[in-house]
Amino acid sequence: MNTPIPPRSLRRSRVAPLALLTGAALVLAGCSGSAGAGSANTDAAEAGEPVHGGTLRIAVGSDAGCIDPQQVGNNDSIYSTRQLVDSLTDQDPETGEIVPWLAEGWEINEDATEFTFTLQEGATFSNGDPVDAEAVAANLDRGIELGARASLITSYLEGYSGTEIIDDRTFTVTFDEPSAQFLQATSTHTLGILHPDSAAASDDERCTGVIGSGPFVLENYSPNEGSTFTAREDYDWGSSVWENTGAPYVDGIEFSIVPESGVRAGSLQSGQVDLIGNIAPQDAAQLTGVGAQLLDRTNPGIAMGLRLNHDHEFLSDPLVREAITRGIDREEIVDVTQVEGTPTATSVLSSTTPGYTDLSEALEGDDETVESLLAEAGFEQDSEGYWERDGKRLSFEILWFNVAASNSATVELIQQQLAGHGIEVTLQEGQVADWQNKLNEGDYDANLSNITRADPDILRSEYHTDLKNQSRLEASELDELLDAQASEGDEEARNEIVADAQRTIVENYRLVPVYDLTTVLAAGENVHGVHFDSGSRIHLSNTWIED
Amino acid sequence: MTRYIGIRVLLALAVAWAAYTVTFVILYLIPGDPVSAMAAGGMDGGTASAERLEALREQYGFNDPLPVQYATHLLAAVRGDFGVSVQTGQDVTTAIGQVLAPTAQLASAALVLALLLGGGLAVAASYTRSARLRDLLLSLPPVSVSLPTFWVGLLLIQLFSFQLGLFPAMGDDGIDALVLPALTLALPIGAMIAQVLARSLLEASGEPYVVTARAKGITRGAVHTGHVLRNALLPALTMVGLIAGNLLAGSVIVETVFARPGVGQLTVQAVTLQDLPVIQGVVVLGAVVFIAANLAVDLLLPLVDPRVRVGHSYA
Repeated sequence: MNTPIPPRSLRRSRVAPLALLTGAALVLAGCSGSAGAGSANTDAAEAGEPVHGGTLRIAVGSDAGCIDPQQVGNNDSIYSTRQLVDSLTDQDPETGEIVPWLAEGWEINEDATEFTFTLQEGATFSNGDPVDAEAVAANLDRGIELGARASLITSYLEGYSGTEIIDDRTFTVTFDEPSAQFLQATSTHTLGILHPDSAAASDDERCTGVIGSGPFVLENYSPNEGSTFTAREDYDWGSSVWENTGAPYVDGIEFSIVPESGVRAGSLQSGQVDLIGNIAPQDAAQLTGVGAQLLDRTNPGIAMGLRLNHDHEFLSDPLVREAITRGIDREEIVDVTQVEGTPTATSVLSSTTPGYTDLSEALEGDDETVESLLAEAGFEQDSEGYWERDGKRLSFEILWFNVAASNSATVELIQQQLAGHGIEVTLQEGQVADWQNKLNEGDYDANLSNITRADPDILRSEYHTDLKNQSRLEASELDELLDAQASEGDEEARNEIVADAQRTIVENYRLVPVYDLTTVLAAGENVHGVHFDSGSRIHLSNTWIED
Repeated sequence: MTRYIGIRVLLALAVAWAAYTVTFVILYLIPGDPVSAMAAGGMDGGTASAERLEALREQYGFNDPLPVQYATHLLAAVRGDFGVSVQTGQDVTTAIGQVLAPTAQLASAALVLALLLGGGLAVAASYTRSARLRDLLLSLPPVSVSLPTFWVGLLLIQLFSFQLGLFPAMGDDGIDALVLPALTLALPIGAMIAQVLARSLLEASGEPYVVTARAKGITRGAVHTGHVLRNALLPALTMVGLIAGNLLAGSVIVETVFARPGVGQLTVQAVTLQDLPVIQGVVVLGAVVFIAANLAVDLLLPLVDPRVRVGHSYA
């Protein structure tokens, strides 16, 4: 077919030249740098017995200006705040199964409205007070009152009606409506349990420091600068999936905020830090070249892809949506823009989400499929090779945000690939402060994003038409499926409903899945035992530094 | 003289007010608001309901008509109250106060370096008798000015921190951590000083009084530093305001590259998250520094050069 010239990217990211130069600087470093080229080694077991002591120095790219785990939502902040608190449960990152942590057991009633937990004995907050039923109740009661910053906790506690304290160690959490997702939510950093005094403090006070029962204690937090933590020597109630449930191996942790990705990478190479977050693809090869380990885990939740506004003239047509979905070469996008090891998307849910089903058949395609789909939808090719219907060119805009360095490359590649199929795409970079409004108000055509959550209920938050409904779907049987999984307490039965829901979404092309976002950190070769949780965030209790 | 000072101070106040007003209008015209930015957190967040966001907007006063918001904020700002950061809830004045010291440190270190480097280069270039050396020296400032600061910073880190391990790449822990950022910030400013100073030095060394002084038997070096340099300093002095502005602007980039706490980093964060009160506070701070520097120059000039008076060349 007649291949049109892909339009030049309309708005290039201002960061792109910076990233290029940073890359160049690292290449310079590589030419003259360390000769010891080792292969990535992420297996801590090979390194022998854990060593006690030392301070783990970590550099991350950003700071949310808040150190309260219940009020932060981005990875860079979660890495630190996660260490301060324990959760009622943990989720096995391999199986997705919910396992004991602060709670040694729990019972859920049939319609998933009542959750009765029994706390393990002996857990204390860092000031010595016990972690008891009253403390948990104080956290939940306060959680629903938290302000805009705490949007995660308010969604986890949707429909929360109260907590009944049965005795010191036993309590029942009640919801007005079925909330099967709540059990998984209790495993997240967001529902990490704070000391009742911390819970009672104002939103802003909590941002400056909190008391938890976690393996590390906050010593100092300076917004935009970093934080320091010391290990709790008496810690003895780690999650049941951790190798080390006792006191952490390291004496403390220092987090620094280093916004420049090239400086983070160089600091790791030169031994100024031990662990860095948010690895840019251009830095990855360089890092492994000098013996650093890349630690990666695919995020659970909604796959990175294009959210589609179903009110859009063309995107409301299922044939067009299918043509776009099948017209994208996922392999190429992952190869070009992502760190090695990132999987292509195979469903609306990413492959590490509990209840995930492989639906890749519905996503694959070639020139001919795209052509016949668009022809069937009533389009004809114009002289430039673009498809048009009733004199209007098949065109839409992708709204994207520069939250991950690779986003600009991803949307530009999608633009090129679709142009190759005669579909015109324009790009619009949005500001973080603005994106939520635009999506809520439906003021977009398509939007590149993902959502991290290790529970399939994320489908309900995203696609149920009674909720935000940013895709502007019409009420359908999908709503019923999403409601049904929310009230199904039995895991197997729930997963079957979730599979149906995924099929309904993917086979009706409600979104264009692209890849399964993968969190990549890099660690020095002497760092071992960095544990990823089910949400692809890190636990550092088991981490040790080789001498 | 009193009238001269009065006019200068009034003009300075007018500039501060204009800076405040222009930022206010720009900030409130761009789409989005700090409340949704706060709710957005990371891309993973953002499930706060519309009613909740609305309540918060009401609480922060973002729903009031623009003139009302403007009047309230301006009145408070005149009293030195810039409100609280929407992101952290911290008092804006306190938040800026906390990061003022590291930035002042960086800026003064950079200024000293810039004066030494720029001044030294200008004096050397104007003193040397070798045309080739002079051309070489004079070609350095334009090169230095045209190199992007962040790139220079990254190169310095690459060489002196990652390769040679002489200085840390980040933080503000002691003098060691100050060297590279101060040098990065000093280079373009030193170049600017060198360009202006070298030109006026060359000009001044052609003046008739130089010939007179030499004829009286004073050595070439003594004439150059004693007479020529003193006369050539005047044009350079007028650049102080420009230098102050450049130091502040440069700190935004330098502090980001070197992961140093400071006003620059606070600014970047506030702009990303549309933290309006903090941005307003930082802009006013910048305006005040700029104005103070210029005011100081305006007041100093008539003392140094009696030719400058109100009603004459500088009114």
